Amino acid sequence: MAVEVRIPTILRTYTDGAKTVDGSGETLSALIDDLESRHGGIKGRLLEDGDLRRFINVYVNDEDVRFTGGMDTPVTDGDTVVVLPAVAGG
Amino acid sequence: MRFDSLLESVGGTPLVGLPTLSPSADVRLWAKLEDRNPTGSIKDRAALAMLVQGEKEGLLRHGCTILEPTSGNTGISLAMVAKQRGYRLVCVMPENTSVERRQLLGMWGAEIVTSPAAGGSNEAVRVAKALAEEHPDWVMLYQYGNPANALAHYEGTGPEILADLPTVTHFVGGLGTTGTLMGVGRFFRERKPEVRIVAAEPRYGELVYGLRNLGEGFVPELYDETLIDARFSVGPRDAVRRTRELLETEGIFAGISTGAILHAALAQAARSVAAGERADIALVVCDGGWKYLSTGAYEGTIDEAEERLEGQLWA
Repeated sequence: MAVEVRIPTILRTYTDGAKTVDGSGETLSALIDDLESRHGGIKGRLLEDGDLRRFINVYVNDEDVRFTGGMDTPVTDGDTVVVLPAVAGG
Repeated sequence: MRFDSLLESVGGTPLVGLPTLSPSADVRLWAKLEDRNPTGSIKDRAALAMLVQGEKEGLLRHGCTILEPTSGNTGISLAMVAKQRGYRLVCVMPENTSVERRQLLGMWGAEIVTSPAAGGSNEAVRVAKALAEEHPDWVMLYQYGNPANALAHYEGTGPEILADLPTVTHFVGGLGTTGTLMGVGRFFRERKPEVRIVAAEPRYGELVYGLRNLGEGFVPELYDETLIDARFSVGPRDAVRRTRELLETEGIFAGISTGAILHAALAQAARSVAAGERADIALVVCDGGWKYLSTGAYEGTIDEAEERLEGQLWA
């Protein structure tokens, strides 16, 4: 088992076009480091000064990590992590 | 109830219990029926408030043209009010929105400029901003950044819920312009800060997130994340499933975004049950299902409905 990470279209250049990749780590921060080790460059597109970029939203099991501990949000095997650019509604 | 005109009747919507969907006598769900507004959606509150504010500030004069990027409901509300007040309305709307929304806009005399499907409402905002530059005499009320949008909920929706349900513990609303959550959130932060504010955000198909680069992402100017406590992303499958559940168990025929809100509300209810807490969870029914009949959300299997909604702006 691993953590399933869903990659948005605009970041698939880092994953050879893959829509989902596997990762591991006990926190979101560790998970992103793990992704960076195999998909070099992706971390810099997600983070700025160690925190999520303004127009990037990350959800662990459908919940926005900004309200669950940010980069320290716990992740475990079997979780689904979704990365999406921020878009308008309304 | 008697009102001097249709516009006077905006707001004051019923709050109804959901006895079948509520998990227990201690954890109860309550639905705020915003489809009972004059054009059938919660957006009547924001549209009327923004228009009245524009008139107060002298931005709007008889015969002037209002411009607004909208995926539908705000445009429909503005169209109804604008028609009565003698304003021309131009709506910028993404092409991947339901046909009923276009029909309703046309019915109240609005003109529609269509923006490309890819990029969703981001594109509509971009096109509207470009049009505003070309036509400096047009007035863009701009729901994503207009404080009157949130104020309508601070002064209306929030106080109405507290008056009808003084024991309220949670409020669950949809996240689009963020106006509802910002207004209701600020109201409860001031008046009853223990109330938790939960956002349900629609998750669309990939087409809608088709940005050219991340710098083109969009966060509404109104958004202040300190006013909410949790934010759930809900895809079309869960939204449709819950929309149907609401219809079947409680008899409420709601639009698809309400299904997304109900999904988040039920997740919250399950957490309250697990924690052994008492909860009175108020959730928003944004609009009725009428405008979404053509999307096929209410017929066939969930798989079929999900497939039909792929690439559509369903909330």
